[in-house]
Amino acid sequence: MNDAQALAKESWDIVIAGGGNAALCAAIEAAEAGAKVLILEGAPKAYRGGNSRHTRNFRCMHHGALGPLVESYDEQEFWADLLRVTKGETDEDLARHTIRTSAECLPWMQAHGVRFQPSLAGTLSLDRTNAFFLGGGKALVNAYYLTAEDLGVRVLYDAQVTHVAMEGRRATHVEATIGDTPLRFATRAVILASGGFQSDIDWLARAWGPSARNFLIRGTPYNRGVVLKDMLDQGAQSVGDPTQCHAVAIDGRAPKFDGGIATRLDCVPFSVVVNRDGERFYDEGEDTWPKRYAIWGRLVAAQPDQVGFSIIDSRSIDLFMPSVYPPITADTLEELAERMELPADRLIATIEAFNAACRPGEFHPQDLDGLATEGLEPPKTNWARPITEPPFYGYILRPGVTFTYLGLKVDRTARAAGPDGPYDNIWSAGEMMAGSILGQGYLAGFGMTIGTVFGRIAGQEAAAHVA
Amino acid sequence: MLLDISLQTDPGTISDDPVMEARRQIEICNACRYCEGFCSVFPAITRDKVFADGDITQLANLCHNCRGCYYACQYTAPHEFDLNLPRALATARVESWERLAWPQAPARLFQRHATPVALMLVVSLALLFWLISALPGGGDGFYAWLSHGAMVAIFTPAFLLPLVSIGVSLRRYWVETGGGAVTGKAMAQAIRDAGRLRNLSGGQGQGCNFEKAERFSDARRHAHQAVMYGFLLCFAATASGTVLHYVFDAPAPYGFWSMPKLLGVPGGLLLVAGCAFMLVLRRKADPALGAPGRSGGESAFIWLLGLTGLTGLILYALRGSDATGIALAIHLGTVLALFLLLPFSKMAHGFYRFAALVRDAGDR
Repeated sequence: MNDAQALAKESWDIVIAGGGNAALCAAIEAAEAGAKVLILEGAPKAYRGGNSRHTRNFRCMHHGALGPLVESYDEQEFWADLLRVTKGETDEDLARHTIRTSAECLPWMQAHGVRFQPSLAGTLSLDRTNAFFLGGGKALVNAYYLTAEDLGVRVLYDAQVTHVAMEGRRATHVEATIGDTPLRFATRAVILASGGFQSDIDWLARAWGPSARNFLIRGTPYNRGVVLKDMLDQGAQSVGDPTQCHAVAIDGRAPKFDGGIATRLDCVPFSVVVNRDGERFYDEGEDTWPKRYAIWGRLVAAQPDQVGFSIIDSRSIDLFMPSVYPPITADTLEELAERMELPADRLIATIEAFNAACRPGEFHPQDLDGLATEGLEPPKTNWARPITEPPFYGYILRPGVTFTYLGLKVDRTARAAGPDGPYDNIWSAGEMMAGSILGQGYLAGFGMTIGTVFGRIAGQEAAAHVA
Repeated sequence: MLLDISLQTDPGTISDDPVMEARRQIEICNACRYCEGFCSVFPAITRDKVFADGDITQLANLCHNCRGCYYACQYTAPHEFDLNLPRALATARVESWERLAWPQAPARLFQRHATPVALMLVVSLALLFWLISALPGGGDGFYAWLSHGAMVAIFTPAFLLPLVSIGVSLRRYWVETGGGAVTGKAMAQAIRDAGRLRNLSGGQGQGCNFEKAERFSDARRHAHQAVMYGFLLCFAATASGTVLHYVFDAPAPYGFWSMPKLLGVPGGLLLVAGCAFMLVLRRKADPALGAPGRSGGESAFIWLLGLTGLTGLILYALRGSDATGIALAIHLGTVLALFLLLPFSKMAHGFYRFAALVRDAGDR
């Protein structure tokens, strides 16, 4: 009998579906309260931790310096930031609860093995709002697994939860496939923290449309929404737009899954972006890149073949963080068009029209310099400098999906609800319920805040239930 | 200055060439930057956008193989980027030691294999046994077995020639990595960094990930501190003896309350304990995160270093007995082998590492 079969014979206080930040926070809280906890992580050990593996920081309210955070970031400002990105698609009560609780989470994280570091090079704008993990999200995940294991939490990898069996409002056991073996785990409480469905490309294509098949998935290939679908099929109450995902523009040569941060591309504001037909389609200089990279995912998704081409000249190559993929390089625009498989005449016409619309003025790459085109549609409203100095460089843009919005509806105690109201013994945390708070857009580091706050709550509540 | 983007590699093109492969991985690190707080390597990476061969040599020698970045990395295998930066830098590092060595052939031999190191020890021991039996003694203590003049005649060239060799290598290193004038400030910073092994601290004092995988531990740092300070104390003991001999006309033997013994006995104990501890830790560490094909040479060097301390302590313990001659031959033979291998064994890493720390302190 192997480990999984032995564990399936035991009876558990709490079984947790998922093995990322929220699941681990829940496991640690529950184990510290004395519960006997089993984590069923769908990924193999090397890929454990879901999208948390790819994260780098934690957005946190604070008054005065806290850990690596400087100055203050109060509830009102945090809430205003959230309101701005979600355009009101949020639950104020849950959101404010998350914001308020975030402050006490940072010391809790440190006490459970997470280490923070000063803001990374090139991210100084976040040193007041976001606490960066030393080594990134995988280091955080490692620290939590060690802490959880030291507390007696058991973990099974390659353990895809397939079904939460219920009697009325009560979960009775969890069915999972461990490797190839289907097993049942009897439990008194269930915490669901297994993320969204963005890695199930078929589901994504049904929700978004067939063009979604050309999207890249920035995170784990293991967030296939299996548990989410099982719960929705059983009538669980949902939140979040089922057709929407959060996508940013990333390097089009990135891996289909798991490309993470390194596939980021920061050249757009200094470039001209054309589609497959060599046509511009949006103002590349509308705002600084940190404020615009998210909308470019959708912009590129709306273009033919879901692809964009960002073109700069040699004067701009040193203005942005290096991309992991070398640019496509050529001494003439014609040659560049050929290498990027663009119609050369169209590309040259577009660049010439752009160059002709540029006006003299001061170019300031770090600020909105107001150096705008004149009489061009669409305009470029900042950093509009003619593309004339060879060599010319091109980068390919594709939409990179970060997460989906559809999730389980929870209350302040992280309890999920079925058709007849709250379940007796099912809680949910992390990306799987984040749509309650983040109904649209994204705020850097806020996914980890939701996961930590609601993971801890779910762990505490479930432990209290089984105590 | 125009950025030479042609130096950039494709992240998907894994290379067998140590420098190319280290460059590929460093470029991925520079696009991620999550590990910035672990050690000096990552801040040094962020100061560049493209990496020439000399930059790779510098980064490789700055890396202390703490392995923190490996366990934190989201791009390790089975991810297609297949990052293993500790191994990539270790591979480029040992390759640089063998390339920059003068001459290269002995470095390739002794860095890689244990047997030649053992043979070198055997030959050195045989030489000392023969010299002690063939040459007349002349003096008190161990000088009764081998005269001071004979020792000086053997060890002066055996010490100075390897130092000349290392000097040539360091000059080559400095040229290859484009180092400029050395400032006192950079030197002082490098001494502090080396003295505290700051780059094995994990950035926050939690230590490294050498023998306990993703758990942090200070064991390797402590073992290395024992080896380094043990060796330096032993070296200081010998140097103090030289000063006593020539300046104060006070030749050996020295009593326990003398500088050579007060430095040498704790130094020897530290060296032996440190080397033993290091060998134990190496058995627990994952070899896939170190340089491939150098484990034998490295372990043999640690044995040799530990034996130097151990035989010195035995010589002291057996002073005045009939076995002094044998103990003296063994100790001096071990020391001779260690000196001769200085530029060609893992010992050389100390010099390159220090140069890398000086260079890095100057760049900051």
